[in-house]
Amino acid sequence: MIDVKHVAKLARLGITEKETDKLQEDLSAILEFVAKLKEVDVANVEPTAQAAGLVGVTRADESIKRSEESRERLLDNAPETKDGYIKVKAVFD
Amino acid sequence: MGLTRLTIKQTHEGLATKKFSATELTRLFLDFIKKRDKDIHAYLAVEEEMALKQAQEVDAKIVRGLELKGLEGVPCAIKDNVLVEGKKCTAGSKFLANYVAPYDATVIRKLKSAGAVFLGKTNMDEFAMGSSTENSAFGVTRNPHDLERVPGGSSGGSAAAVAADECVYALGSDTGGSIRQPASFCGVVGLKPTYGVVSRYGLMAMASSLDQIGPLTKNVADCKVVLDAIKGKDARDSTSTNNLTLPPLSLRGGGGGVKNLKIGLPKEYFAKGLDPKVEALVRGAIDKLAKQGARVEEISLPHSEYALACYYIIMASEVSANLARFDGIKYGYSAGTDQKQEVNNLLDVYLKSRQHGFGDEVRRRIMLGTYSLSSGYYDAYYLRAQKVRTKILQDFQQAFEKVDLILTPVAPTPAFKIGEKIDDPVTMYLSDIYTVPVNLAGVPALSMPCGRVGQLPVGLQIIGQHFSEDLIFEVAELAEALIKDGNPLYN
Repeated sequence: MIDVKHVAKLARLGITEKETDKLQEDLSAILEFVAKLKEVDVANVEPTAQAAGLVGVTRADESIKRSEESRERLLDNAPETKDGYIKVKAVFD
Repeated sequence: MGLTRLTIKQTHEGLATKKFSATELTRLFLDFIKKRDKDIHAYLAVEEEMALKQAQEVDAKIVRGLELKGLEGVPCAIKDNVLVEGKKCTAGSKFLANYVAPYDATVIRKLKSAGAVFLGKTNMDEFAMGSSTENSAFGVTRNPHDLERVPGGSSGGSAAAVAADECVYALGSDTGGSIRQPASFCGVVGLKPTYGVVSRYGLMAMASSLDQIGPLTKNVADCKVVLDAIKGKDARDSTSTNNLTLPPLSLRGGGGGVKNLKIGLPKEYFAKGLDPKVEALVRGAIDKLAKQGARVEEISLPHSEYALACYYIIMASEVSANLARFDGIKYGYSAGTDQKQEVNNLLDVYLKSRQHGFGDEVRRRIMLGTYSLSSGYYDAYYLRAQKVRTKILQDFQQAFEKVDLILTPVAPTPAFKIGEKIDDPVTMYLSDIYTVPVNLAGVPALSMPCGRVGQLPVGLQIIGQHFSEDLIFEVAELAEALIKDGNPLYN
């Protein structure tokens, strides 16, 4: 039985009581459906994270100078800004 | 009106021979969209100013007698999860209803260099989650072949726009079938490239190990033209690879055609659940290739029955990680600035922004993914699914030791009615049964029309091994000619 309230808290998703019940139903149905994965013999099988077979692709460890204009475009999308910073509620009480 | 039905090659020819100007053509599309899109709702945003400016630049080139490249001045539509700088990009979600893209996706930069004209952004299931475009926060798109039916999803807007002649071609994205299934439902060609062939930089991430951007076009030849323009290793996408194209294996010059091409039909894909009329059309197309000398044999992809479950765990897990960025802080909807919400602290900003900004399907999948990755369940769900994924990849690798291409249906049925599957998530998920294994294995696959059930198009899926796009295109073009030959539905 999936603990919907606990998972919602992990996912930072607010849910109402009514939504909790519906989600419980939907997720139970989905989990029942994916349970068949248990049938597969995966002994000694390596997991595949991505199919391109790429490993350790890096870029040079250099900082890139950004323009004032590109900074502004990013800040324009922020809900609340102040003096060129993104404004948030207190992180610590 | 006739001009909006042209293919890329025909449009290019018309522009190059000055039958019409790029501006005239773009205006024609814009006017046509104003009339037609009222019924279809393929577009979320029509970018008239940008399109006309781009068209005028192409016309300036034509006037100076400069040679035109293949895509120059050809109007297209872009799925609304691909960033076009300075324009709204919503991903079909209320969360991003007012988000303005701060930069161009790599595919957009490439298309701009190629002289493309962007008519606008197309509708999609919210954050690409869905198989019908019914999960869009901005209304459903209707299938141009039957307005009571879905166009498929999640690239439903792009597929419908191409099918309705509201653009010459479009870009979509495919994580579990989101280009191929709408292509099948709308009767157009759609390609999911090999994972890594097209840069994902500027594509709003859904499931990072599965996503690919790809073209939706009116015919196979056009599909290759678009892929050639957008593909290529990109320093900004660490998962993009050098574009190694396997030479076509069995097709040699000198009119060899498909003689001795080995085609595999996986028995698991032609079993219960497949609409018999769809099966008949798909097998009919394959028979036409066999008559030309292709060798068709039954193969097995033994782990097929686990692919959908495997996909939903892996995809949902990656989704839960990728959508964590939508927190009401940096961009998008914020409960903190929503007068209707009571927000007392930082946690409230997160909880309420995500509660009210995301639709039901998105929240369902975030929950499923979070659960799969959570302590105590990671091994049983996510890790296990990654191992099953290896088995599925091995199934394809083993099959390609015996055959050159794998041909299957794209979807178990033609387009279903709007509202028919929306209440039961699992029923909706089953429409992806033939497409998701392809994303898990990272192999390329093309969907092309192979006939109709009544008015409703049906697609044939052609799957190749990694980097075999050129072989897929060659065979698909041949199949296309064979299917159209003598069929009054195709002119």
